[in-house]
Amino acid sequence: MSAILVTNKMTKRFGGLVAVDSLDISIEENSIHSVIGPNGAGKTTLFNCITGFYKPEEGAIQFGQNSLVGKLPDRIVKLGIARTYQNIRLFPNLTAKENILVGGHSHLKSGLFGAVLGLPRTRREEKEASDGALKLLDFINLTGKGEFLAKNFPYGEQRRLEIARALASRPKILLLDEPTAGMNPSETQAMCDFIEHLRDELGITIILIEHQMRVVMGISETITVLDYGKKIAEGNPDEIKSNATVIEAYLGKGSAAEAH
Amino acid sequence: MTHARSIWNNGVKTGIIGGVAVLIISLVGMVVSFNRRDIIFEFIAMGHTLLLMTGILIGYTAAKKTTATTTMVKCFNAVVASLVTFSFLALLVIIGNAVNLRAILVNASPMLYKALTLGHHDSAAGIFIILGIGLLCGICAAVLYSVPTAVRRITITALCSVVIAGVLQDLLRPVLLAWGPMSVISDFLFAGNGLTAAGALTVILVIAGIMTVWNFKGDDVKENYQHFSGGTQRGIKIGAFVLLACVLLILPQIVGLFLSEVLTIVGLYVLLGLGLNIVVGYAGLLDLGYVAFFAIGSYVTAILTSPELGFFALNFWQALPFAVLVGICFGVLLGIPVLKMRGDYLAIATLGFGEIIRILVLSDALRPWLGGAQGINKIGKPSLMGYEFSQPQEIYYFILAGCLLVVFISMRLKDSRLGRAWMAMREDEDVAQAMGINLVATKLLAFASGAGFSALSGAIFSAKIGSVYPHSFSVFISINIICLIIVGGMGSIPGVIVGAAALVGLPELLREFADYRMFVYGAALVAMMLLRPEGLWPDVRHKMELHKDESVAEEPQVSTAT
Repeated sequence: MSAILVTNKMTKRFGGLVAVDSLDISIEENSIHSVIGPNGAGKTTLFNCITGFYKPEEGAIQFGQNSLVGKLPDRIVKLGIARTYQNIRLFPNLTAKENILVGGHSHLKSGLFGAVLGLPRTRREEKEASDGALKLLDFINLTGKGEFLAKNFPYGEQRRLEIARALASRPKILLLDEPTAGMNPSETQAMCDFIEHLRDELGITIILIEHQMRVVMGISETITVLDYGKKIAEGNPDEIKSNATVIEAYLGKGSAAEAH
Repeated sequence: MTHARSIWNNGVKTGIIGGVAVLIISLVGMVVSFNRRDIIFEFIAMGHTLLLMTGILIGYTAAKKTTATTTMVKCFNAVVASLVTFSFLALLVIIGNAVNLRAILVNASPMLYKALTLGHHDSAAGIFIILGIGLLCGICAAVLYSVPTAVRRITITALCSVVIAGVLQDLLRPVLLAWGPMSVISDFLFAGNGLTAAGALTVILVIAGIMTVWNFKGDDVKENYQHFSGGTQRGIKIGAFVLLACVLLILPQIVGLFLSEVLTIVGLYVLLGLGLNIVVGYAGLLDLGYVAFFAIGSYVTAILTSPELGFFALNFWQALPFAVLVGICFGVLLGIPVLKMRGDYLAIATLGFGEIIRILVLSDALRPWLGGAQGINKIGKPSLMGYEFSQPQEIYYFILAGCLLVVFISMRLKDSRLGRAWMAMREDEDVAQAMGINLVATKLLAFASGAGFSALSGAIFSAKIGSVYPHSFSVFISINIICLIIVGGMGSIPGVIVGAAALVGLPELLREFADYRMFVYGAALVAMMLLRPEGLWPDVRHKMELHKDESVAEEPQVSTAT
């Protein structure tokens, strides 16, 4: 296995605040890699740097042969990195199917003239995209609901729809920002199975921000722990569970000693 | 005490609002001037109809708003509200008879009092007549409230049809008179300056009859339509289109010169509206300087075709592509500086751009090239195979062709990759970018297509008028177009057409009441926003958006676990 995404001494500041501090992360291809840490540790900032929403001040982000620093989000998604958001950000007044079609935007080519003139190539492309969108709807168990507005779906289905929209861009890496937030235990379990399914069936590398320890420990191969923008630990779930620094970061000083 | 008061509290409150409304309607002079036209000849005049409709509406609203359990109390409130409303008018007559109000309120004339009291303004009987009418309105409102929904809907539609037929008599009569045998119908329906009593009754019965039949059979028809095969459904649709096309083609021949002129104006606004609909409705970019591209299209055509300036002497068709092209270029040029702006900031910046263009064409410095305040005359008329489009009836076809082209393009774009990108951008710009949408290119394409349509209508406008003046391109045109899009329904193509007909066509038909145009405009916009914010003919999507509860209720909420 080889690293698909590597950050090298990446630093992102907001004024005086260092949100991500000289971070080195290496993501193995086809793995489920979790990023955990207390609130404000810089997890979402890391995601925003990788997907081009923020430009890190220092350091490099290498995705295969490409450097991601300074690239705009629309370029990065074309390279094969898609994401979901902590607070669901679907296009609320577009239908489920249209949301997925927008997700596949970068794989369609037709422009103004193709659409106006109804060129055969454009029609074929639209037909294929539409079939693909329906398949994705099947895949997330929303068969036949393609024409409903995205905002009218229940919470869990919106989460899955957002993942489907990200999948429509045919990513190599999928960044999931708290996909099980606000879910009950059975929904959470279903989401975990779904994520593993994505990795196993579609061969997508998953980077996961998650707060529920049961999820993190259950499905990830590697866990990176951030605190105040710095990496304080990295390893497999068993190593992280017994790491004194991690326990201290989560529970405060002295807790590590008590735990042993 | 408190209990007694609370029973009719709502009626009084609503009635006061209604009272202020009828006072304003009367004191701005609407009643008197509207009364010059009859709805039903020698029976009821337009001004009176307006007051009656207000009275009934207020009564109905009071009944609906009252949170009482019994229908009795609600109906009581309706009567109270209407009575209070009309007592304001009674009070006006009493005060007006005692003191001369004309010094400050120009329209508080004996003619108004006469109109309000049906001619008994100098006796006490007048007051009782006003209150009696109020009572009558209240009873009507109460009855309307207590009857079943279906009956209410039929009654209101039938009565409104009569009012519409009366108001639009200038439109209907020439159409009916155009063809010999139809003039019999015209003579039966209309007399003097209104409908005949028999005509009005016929309209009521026919409309009510159609509505009743549709109520019973409508669902069956819809169901039958669903059961038709795809081919038959398409056949019906094509048939409907052919019928519509025929009507559109022969329309200017039957409605005559004046109405053809109105149709061409509406057509121009449809063209403008469809262009702005792409920018505002699809892409969500609030552009208040839209008239700039209209001006650019007009002026480019003028400069290229008019012999007055003596630069070029192209004919209209040679100039048209240049006009559109220059419009598109300016669309992009305007787009570039405002790429990073959103919402209100964008609106203000574009507003400025629109004014800059108007002031530039007005300026003396550019006068040798742009004609200054005198404008440019003798603009080339479009001609096709030696046939010149100069009469409104001929220009109509030209504009119709333009509208059809733009409707077609709008429809194609809406369900395309580009249309989806625009809508995604409208919903959430950041996420749209993260989905691979190039914001710069997509925004500029929206500005450019909108500007292209606007320049096209500008070119047609200049050819139609034959001359261009800076004052034709005031910011008011931009506002007008935005309004018609909002009233019609954001992002909806039929909405633009309905909006243009309602906000541009109707005022042209009611030219004699032009003084009240802005007043009615404002009132209509406020009413629209309160009662039907999704517009007259909304896009399916927006309908679902604003009536969320209903659409959710229709959906099966199946929770599936993966």
